[in-house]
Amino acid sequence: MKKPFDQNAPYQPATFAFKDMAVVAEIISRYPEGRQQSAVMPLLDLAQRQVGEEGAAATPPFGGWIPRAAMDEISNILSMPKVKVYEVATFYSMYNLAPVGKFLVQVCSTSPCWLCGSDKIKQACEKHLGIHTGETTKDGLFTVVEVECLGACVNAPMAQINDDFYEDLTAERTTEILKALASGKQVPIGPQNGRTNSMALGGPTTLKDRVKA
Amino acid sequence: MLADQDRIFTNLYGWESYSLEAAKMRGDWDNTKDVLAKGRDWIIEEMKLSGLRGRGGAGFPTGMKWSFMPKESKDGRPSYLVINADESEPGTCKDREIMRHDPHKLVEGALIASFAMGAHACYIYVRGEFFNEASNLNKAIKEAYAAGLIGKNACGSGWDFDLVLHRGAGAYICGEETALIESLEGNKGQPRNKPPFPAMAGLYSCPTTVNNVETIAVVPTILRRGGSWFAGIGKDEKNTGTKLFCISGHVNNPCNVEEAMGIPMKELIEKHCGGIRGGWDNLLGVIPGGSSTPVLTKDVCDTVLMDFDSLKAVGTGLGTAGLIVMDKSTDIIECIARLAHFYKHESCGQCTPCREGTGWLWRIMTRMVKGDATIEEIDTLLELTKEIEGHTICALGDAAAWPIQGLIKNFRPVMEDRILQYRKRAA
Repeated sequence: MKKPFDQNAPYQPATFAFKDMAVVAEIISRYPEGRQQSAVMPLLDLAQRQVGEEGAAATPPFGGWIPRAAMDEISNILSMPKVKVYEVATFYSMYNLAPVGKFLVQVCSTSPCWLCGSDKIKQACEKHLGIHTGETTKDGLFTVVEVECLGACVNAPMAQINDDFYEDLTAERTTEILKALASGKQVPIGPQNGRTNSMALGGPTTLKDRVKA
Repeated sequence: MLADQDRIFTNLYGWESYSLEAAKMRGDWDNTKDVLAKGRDWIIEEMKLSGLRGRGGAGFPTGMKWSFMPKESKDGRPSYLVINADESEPGTCKDREIMRHDPHKLVEGALIASFAMGAHACYIYVRGEFFNEASNLNKAIKEAYAAGLIGKNACGSGWDFDLVLHRGAGAYICGEETALIESLEGNKGQPRNKPPFPAMAGLYSCPTTVNNVETIAVVPTILRRGGSWFAGIGKDEKNTGTKLFCISGHVNNPCNVEEAMGIPMKELIEKHCGGIRGGWDNLLGVIPGGSSTPVLTKDVCDTVLMDFDSLKAVGTGLGTAGLIVMDKSTDIIECIARLAHFYKHESCGQCTPCREGTGWLWRIMTRMVKGDATIEEIDTLLELTKEIEGHTICALGDAAAWPIQGLIKNFRPVMEDRILQYRKRAA
């Protein structure tokens, strides 16, 4: 559902600058001398987060994405060809190359989640928000996408909203979460059915003497 | 059942803090200096003795893998350890628990393993979606630096060691070791040809070993309690130790649990997951080791043991030990079709058989779900999987082929029936 990279789209800003070059320098310093290209992924992530921070305060709001100008700026900083940065940005699914909603709702639909009813979670999102998967709500708050395995299979079905996992979902709970987020309320992340992380819902079957009441 | 005192991951469910202080209470960082003082050769020998096999899916003996690294650098190239935390195999969610609840086991293991391989630097490649997990791990790394456990003269051992966390950005293929290295170098994650193997020329063309999170995280405990302790747990000398199992799907209580290698599948499901929904007889099949491993039918599940060689003997594999359980209400064809979509989505596009073939597999499987196909097309589908399998640079092509081969092998009558039913309705 990733939108194609259109460097001439009207929403593309003309310029981009990192807010804090000290953070950029720290990222580059993680890699050996002469291997600064390794920093391309963390810098793309940093750019996306910076745009997301601006977007959260904007009207209408929008979520993090990576403008073409940010990719060009990264290519300057890392002395690598622009096309190499575009290549990386278009390869990985987490880089948004066009604006998304303030809350990016990624519903996992791979087999373990599907077995536990991920279709119902997706439908609940579509019904409540009045959009199809892959679309953004008019108020700019939500984008819903279907994604492949997010690695929380024993807590299926689940969805990731921005950085956080919401697990052990039901259709009703999904709708509640979307409502709460829209009204600016905090929602506890992780399992939504009262269980402790990936422990069995019925209680621990091992290490029982270590359980804290 | 594995005794509680033999469990390595005592904070698997996050009851306790993941902080350094709490980790020390659990026994982490206990005299790490003494372990290092015993020397590289002792560590590698002890790892060989333990019988530990890589926990990322391939099951290669860890001690042997480490011994492939050069003893000393003859040309000035440094050695690297890279830890694969790009956990994305459908059905698998064990490394996530280690990173968010027991990250110090991983940090300490990284120091010991790097020391054993003569590496002064280690990179941990965490899948991008695990933001909170990476954040916990990062805090653990910072704590370890501040306490002098890693960094210059780590633990007072005289060994300098740097540990860097690198976040991915959503690509299953980066779990393949050479794709991971490409990604870490700042490229698209497309696998490299082997040879040269990473132990000869890996990250930045330097000798590199890539190990899974769980493999590295069990190292400190093995070395403290002895390789023979670990080897004493499990089924036989080739399938030793404890293992994190992730059981998802149609069980009453899906969960992660640490158990002995070689535990019967039925015991694992009955004891830890409250059994199959609707009882054991309602079991249709189990994908035993993450999505890439072929599905097993109930009659095999009744008796099969959960270890590398027992599962290999029945035509599947332990993989990452992520069990996907399906009861009789499951449309097995659609379940496998979803996996076909997964592999189509995740193919990196480098090799033609995989790039094109995974799309074909998915399109044919989509028709198979409806039954809109001919009986002969089942053989076409099977042949197609054979054309992909073994004809690509990395194992993603194989991984895309196996679930469908497993489906055809074990559930062919279901597929045929679906087609006949569709034709009946169409007529």
